[in-house]
This record gives sequence, C-alpha cells and structure tokens, in this order.
Amino acid sequence: MPDNSRRLQLTADGELRHFLAIEGLDKPLLTRILDTADSFIEVGERTIKKVPLLRGRTLVNLFFEPSTRTRSTFELAAKRLSADVLNLDIGTSATSKGESLSDTLLNLRAMASDMFVIRHSQSGAPHFIAQSVTPDVAIINAGDGRHEHPTQAMLDVLTIRQHMTTFSGLRVAIVGDIQHSRVARSQIRALNALGVDEVRLIAPDTLLPHDPEALGARVFHRMEEGLRNVDVIIMLRLQRERMEGALLPSESEFYRMYGLNREKLAYANPGALVMHPGPINRGVEIESAVADGPQSVILGQVTNGIAVRMAVMSMAMGGQLNERQSATGEGVASP
Amino acid sequence: MKWRVDNIHPVTNGEPAAECTSVLVADGRIAALGSDLSGYRVERVVDGCGQWLLPGLIDLNCHLPEPGSDRGGSIESETRAASRGGFTTVCTTPNTSPVNDSGAVTHLILDMAARNGHTRVLPVGAVTRGLQGERLSDMVALTRGGCVALGNGGHATTSSRVLRRCMAYAHTFGLRLFLQPENASLASDGCAHDGLVAAGLGLPGIPQVAETTAVSELLMLAEETGANLHLGPLSCARSVALVQAAKEAGHNVTAEVGISHLVATEQAIEGYNGTFHCRPPLRTEADRRALLEGVESGVIDAIVSQHRPSDEAAKLAPFPETQPGLSTVESTLSLGLERVAAGELSREGLLQALITGPARVLDLEAPVIAEGAPADLTLIAPEQRWMPAAGSLFSAGAHLPVRDRELPGIVTLTAVDGRIRHEHGGNGS
Amino acid sequence: MQDIEQLLNRMTDDLRAHISAQGLSSLCPVGIRTGGVWVAQALRRRLGIETECGELDITFYRDDFSRIGLHPRISPSRLPYETEGQNLLLVDDVIMSGRTIRAAMNELFDYGRPESITLATLVDLGRRELPIQPDVTGIHRSLGACQRIKLQGPEPLELTVEEVPDA
Repeated sequence: MPDNSRRLQLTADGELRHFLAIEGLDKPLLTRILDTADSFIEVGERTIKKVPLLRGRTLVNLFFEPSTRTRSTFELAAKRLSADVLNLDIGTSATSKGESLSDTLLNLRAMASDMFVIRHSQSGAPHFIAQSVTPDVAIINAGDGRHEHPTQAMLDVLTIRQHMTTFSGLRVAIVGDIQHSRVARSQIRALNALGVDEVRLIAPDTLLPHDPEALGARVFHRMEEGLRNVDVIIMLRLQRERMEGALLPSESEFYRMYGLNREKLAYANPGALVMHPGPINRGVEIESAVADGPQSVILGQVTNGIAVRMAVMSMAMGGQLNERQSATGEGVASP
Repeated sequence: MKWRVDNIHPVTNGEPAAECTSVLVADGRIAALGSDLSGYRVERVVDGCGQWLLPGLIDLNCHLPEPGSDRGGSIESETRAASRGGFTTVCTTPNTSPVNDSGAVTHLILDMAARNGHTRVLPVGAVTRGLQGERLSDMVALTRGGCVALGNGGHATTSSRVLRRCMAYAHTFGLRLFLQPENASLASDGCAHDGLVAAGLGLPGIPQVAETTAVSELLMLAEETGANLHLGPLSCARSVALVQAAKEAGHNVTAEVGISHLVATEQAIEGYNGTFHCRPPLRTEADRRALLEGVESGVIDAIVSQHRPSDEAAKLAPFPETQPGLSTVESTLSLGLERVAAGELSREGLLQALITGPARVLDLEAPVIAEGAPADLTLIAPEQRWMPAAGSLFSAGAHLPVRDRELPGIVTLTAVDGRIRHEHGGNGS
Repeated sequence: MQDIEQLLNRMTDDLRAHISAQGLSSLCPVGIRTGGVWVAQALRRRLGIETECGELDITFYRDDFSRIGLHPRISPSRLPYETEGQNLLLVDDVIMSGRTIRAAMNELFDYGRPESITLATLVDLGRRELPIQPDVTGIHRSLGACQRIKLQGPEPLELTVEEVPDA
C-alpha cells in the first residue's frame, strides 16, 4: 500500500499532485508541507491575507458527509489562495438520486474544476476518484471512512512542531476511540514518519483496531501507565453511537477511565501539550479546566488548519500543473 | 452422432495413462475404449494430439445471471465460458432475479439451459423464500422441478431457529443443503478480511469468527437434525479443522472452496483493488495453505469456481461499494494446474476436487473413462498456455483473478452426453 | 572579481543623492531573499538606517506557478514594520527580466499601501521583459548564453560568474 499510495499522490518528480493519505509520504515531503504552512501562517498575519497562487482556479468542496467546520476551513484556505470555490453538500444519499459517484464527478470536471476536496463515508473513496475517475483533477482528502484524515494530522504535527521544535525524542499519546478514528490513523503515520520516539494508544480493547502494533504504536489500557513520560497528549472525540454499538457502557464510565482531568494530566511530563482535533465534549474526553488550561494548545490548532490546507492545496495544484505542462510540452500562460 | 477421439491419454486418479488410446462415443456413452477402434464407422474423428482425456469437470458453485438484469452475461455466455474452462456440468446458485424459490423459475432456468446452454445445468434452489431467511421455500417442489439441492446463495440466514427448521424439513425428504457459512451479525458491514490489510486501508473487516462460528453452528444443527449438509465456500483454516473433526466423528458433511481462495490472499486488495473484493473475503497466507491442504487431504471435497460475473461498473466505486465476486469459471482448471506446478497441490488432489468430489456431493456415479460410462468428457493440452484477457473471454464478466499473464492448460474439447460442446479453434474459440 | 565594497559605496552615494533629490524622509529597507537581503543589510549599515531590514520571500507571487509549481524551499516573509504610508527601499542582488521585482511589489502592496518604493539592485544584467528600472544600480553587466552570475554571502559578499552547461 505505501508504494501504491506514493505513486498515486506524487508526480514522477516527487511533487505532490493529490493529497490523499499520509501513508506513502516520507519525512522530507511532510517537512516541506509544514515549512510551506509556516509561510502561509505569516500570510494570515498580514492586512491582505491573500496570495494569487490559485487565481482563476476552481475548487469544489464535495462533502458526502456533513461537516461545517472542516468545510469552512477548506473554503477559507481556498479563498486565501484566490481560488473560486463551489460547495456541494451531497450527503450520503448521492446514490439515492440514481447518479453514480463517477458520473457526479465527471459532470463536475466538465465544468472545469481544478481541485476537489472530498469527504466521504467510504474508505478509499478519494483513492478511487484519483485513480479511476478524474486523475487530472487535484484531489484533497478531507476524511474518508475510517482510513485517513491527512490534513488534520498535518495541522496537529505542525502544532507540535511549533511548541516542541523537534520531533525526535518525543513521546506522543493518542487517547480514545482509535478504532473508528481516521484522524488517529493519519496521526500515527505522520508522527512515525517524522521520527518521534514513540506513539502510544490508550483505549479499551473495544476501541482499538485489530493489530495496533502493526500500525506502529504501543498499546496501553490505563491512563496512569500510558501517560508516564509523555510529551504530547492527543484526545480523540467520542461519538454517542459508540454506546449504542455496545462498545462502551456510558460516557461517565469512559470519562472516569480515560477522560483527561488535572489529576491524570499530572502523570505526563511537566508542560506536556494537550491537544484535541475538536469538537470537544467537555466532561467526556476532557475536563474544562484542562481544555482551557495553560498546557492546552487546542485553539492554536485552528489557525494551523487554514495554513496547512493552503499548503497542500497549492502544492497539489502545482504538481498537477507541472504534469500537464510536461504532457503538452507547452508553457501555460500564467495569470 | 457417433464419433471417435484418437491419440489421447485417459486420466485415472490424476495420472495420465502411459499409452495413447482411442475412445468411441455413441448414444451419449463411451461405447468403446482401445488402441485400434478404426473398425467402427463414425461420423467424425478427432485427433487428440497426445492430450489428456478427463471425465467432464463439475462445478458446484457457478452463478448464472439469468433470470436477472442484463449486466454480467447470460446462461448462454456463462455456460459457454464454463465449457471453455473444461466444465461439463455446472450447478447454478439460487440468487437470481427473481430468486429461484419456485418450480416456475427452476423450469425457466432449465428451459433456457436446454436451448442455449453449453453445459449441463443443475439448479440449486433457494432454501428460504426469496432468500429472506424467514420462511421455508417449497423445497420438495423445487427438487421435483429439477433442483439438485437447496442453498442460501451466499445470503447468510440470520435466525438459527429458521436454519434448524430448514434442516429438519430438508432431512425429512432427504434433500441436500448447500449453505455458505457466515454469521451476519459478526460480519456486520465488513467487506474484507479483518486483518492487517483492512486495518491499514480503514476498511470494515469480517473477522474469521464470522465464518467459524457459523460453521460450528451449521455442523451442530446438521448433526442434530441429520440433514445432508454441504458447506462453503470456506475461507478459514479453522473452518477446515472443524469440518475435518466432523467428518472424523462420522457426520454426513461435505465442503467446498473457491479457486480464488487457493490462489490469492488479503494482499490482493492493497491499494483498494476492488477486483479482489470477494465474499467470503480473501484471508491470510496461513488460511490459503490450510485450504490447499484441505483439498489435498480430501477434507474439502470440491474446488468450485464461485463464478460471479459482473460488468465494469460493478467495481467502479469505492471499495466497500463494489460488488464482490470474480469471473473465474474459464480459468479455474488452469489456476489449479498452476498450483500443481508450484508444488502446492497434487494433480490427483486437483482433479479429485474438480471431478470425483463434486460428483460424490451430488450423489452421482463416480465419473470414469471406461466403457459404458456417460460421455461427459474434457480434453486438455496441459503443456500449452493461454492468456486470459478481458477482451477474449467467453464470459461477459469483466473482472478476472488473473489478467495478462499466461496460465497452463488449454481445454481443447468438451462433450456433454456425448455431444461436443466446446472446441478450441473450432466454433468454440 | 568585482570589488563589492566599491560597488556598495557607490550605491550608497547614489542613494543619498536620490533621497535628497526626492525629498524622502526615513527609508524602510526590505530585501528579496536571499541575496537581496544581504545587500539590503549592507546598505542599511552604510546609510545608518535604524529600522530593521524586512525580508521578502516572493514564492507565492511568482508568475510561473503554472509552469513549475511551488518552489520547494520556502520560508515566511518577515516585515518588522507597518508598510502603510512608508517610503520603502526595495533591494535585490540581481535584476534581469524584472519579474522578481514585479512579484515583490505585488507582495509589498498586500501588506499595505506604501508612500513610495525606491529600487536598488547590485547588478543589472539588462534583458528586461517588463518595464521596471532600478533607481540605483551597482554595476551593469551582460552575460553570455552559458553564464550565470551569483552572489555569495553573507560574509564576505562576493560576486562570481559561473559557466553553466547548455541547458
């Protein structure tokens, strides 16, 4: 899979042309994304927060799963790159209208779209689209099934880098519903690729994937053990459906065993970062005092989200244009 | 028509006879067998070119898409494909549209097969109405209409109570049940083996216990009711062990495995390759080896194609939304010969599983090349090679387990009831 | 090769004359990465300007994005002062087609509206593709088809001409 993932996402010159998954991307490329994001953070501090990179390009937000937050971040990022944005909330009933996924996308491409940002409930949907439907449209994965949510992972590691300077020597713990989390999978891959010392997963068996060690992480069932010597704690969101699926008895039991409160925070290294991809369930995953406390960097994650998305969108668009150019052998007039 | 094929090595128990011989076919039977049959007057002489003559292969699990939508072929195209694959008899599955749960649909299938089919077609009827798993189907009527068994067509019955009653009822009339073992609630929304590959791809998994608990349950229910049970296709090593224990304890059970599961593992779906979305899913290498050993030892009685032809669009979707199944009937024998060449299976084991085993499951006479035996014949050139490619298949199915790679063994002729149905290079290919 | 000290001194004299002629009050220096920043710092010292040098990375404003994509080496621009209403001194090491300066000016305007921009370049290679001219130049040079000029730095600053194989 790493090979296939790499080949699909990169041009022959190793430039990004789709951003589908952390899997298959190496440390130099991930670092480049972070460095590019740093530059976009600076743009966000100017009076005019726009750069002309994607002027004249059309980006379509295709959200088959609803999400106002993520979609708005992508929309804002695209507009700061001067792109035109089209938002399509297709919901999960794309097929109820009878039109297949392929047909929907081909119709959009016919309207001259340059980039699709896709969130879908099926793992592999963005891969399928990039490989078999519209390979010449830059595809950005905004979350597919249980597979990956790569932009979220990138903004998380950017946040870590801002506070910790280096990745080597770090111990990072991810707590909560790992099994159903595409964010966690992307985070584990990104942290390992960037060279952290150890990634730990803290959760009950019902919320862990089949073979977590094979994903590159060490499993703990207790917070006390798992948080010892940890420098970064990432709390995952717990969804209500997990109670209905007989995976957990109740939110209060989860909070008692795995919720991050001041007492449990003390098991980690002093100054350990507290992170959460959001939205937070106060009193379920995390105590308010911790979420709002001095070690929490949760709010900073939002600014980073826009910058990271600007970075991958501009890099992927650049790779696509590069490829088109090599294919036709002609220069394309720039705006 | 009376005809003769010269220059062939008849194959018994997996071994081709050392000497070349001739076979005379008349009135649907092997009329004579010998080195010089030139005395008989025949309408046609076929030169066997030193190839092997086998009794016709029997496929216990081959989905024919009629009645149904026109995506993925017809009885004509798929039996033609089966014939090219060396099969002279195929058992269809009940999951047609409409489901084969009535004598009328069975008659329709047999009628179309008689008119357009290139092999003998033995229908397997639905064990519950509409394959819904709630009410018993008219099992006796289906059997009298021509069904050789009743099956669940891959749709696992959710209620153990209903299953038990199906078995009890079938046992009353001595009817055979073809049941694919799957515990629906453990399988849940899974679409791939619940292992490393699916975890990496974020695909919902079907754990091994979804099959092994169902196998255990079916075996115990069959033991209690006395039903004649045929299980499969199997995908887990543990399932093979369970069947072996049941057989050793003297229970009346048989089992099958799909050729895909002897050839591929979960690695095949890396990169979201929907072509290898199968049900049951392709599992680990350890499972694959155990299935091969099961065939070799005879615990698994039959290798089936589990042919499920579908058009391009069926796999043009994100992995979990693709249709499971492959077009396998044309290449099953060749894929088996490839396993033999790789030393993973003996030729005897392979041919037993494609001929004698299936016949035994259906309570047919053991097929042989001998005077008086029915003339269901398969002639193969084992050393010749061919390349399956989407454009050149007889099957309308677009998805193959092996593509653009050469496979060993070309079927040069098949005959059903003495009538030649497939000829390589003739009106066949 | 060239005596950089001499060039910088001459540029400083020319800038003083320009500032006086234009009636410019304080100048805010900003250099284009990387060579332009070194030259800007050298000029700032000689002119005795207190304001820190700004640093511009023009990657996001280049006009060849559609042809070559995003440049791999990028770092954030840094302007440690408000540009609104200021007289800016834009500095680069080499000017040729003029496209880099156009990109830099576009970027500067996205920070705010400057009162004026004075352009100083160490080397002018001619071969303009846009109507942009420096107010102050260190030296004019023309290069052969297989030659390229490069500023090494930051200490000591040195101009070298290198041969490149026929691209």
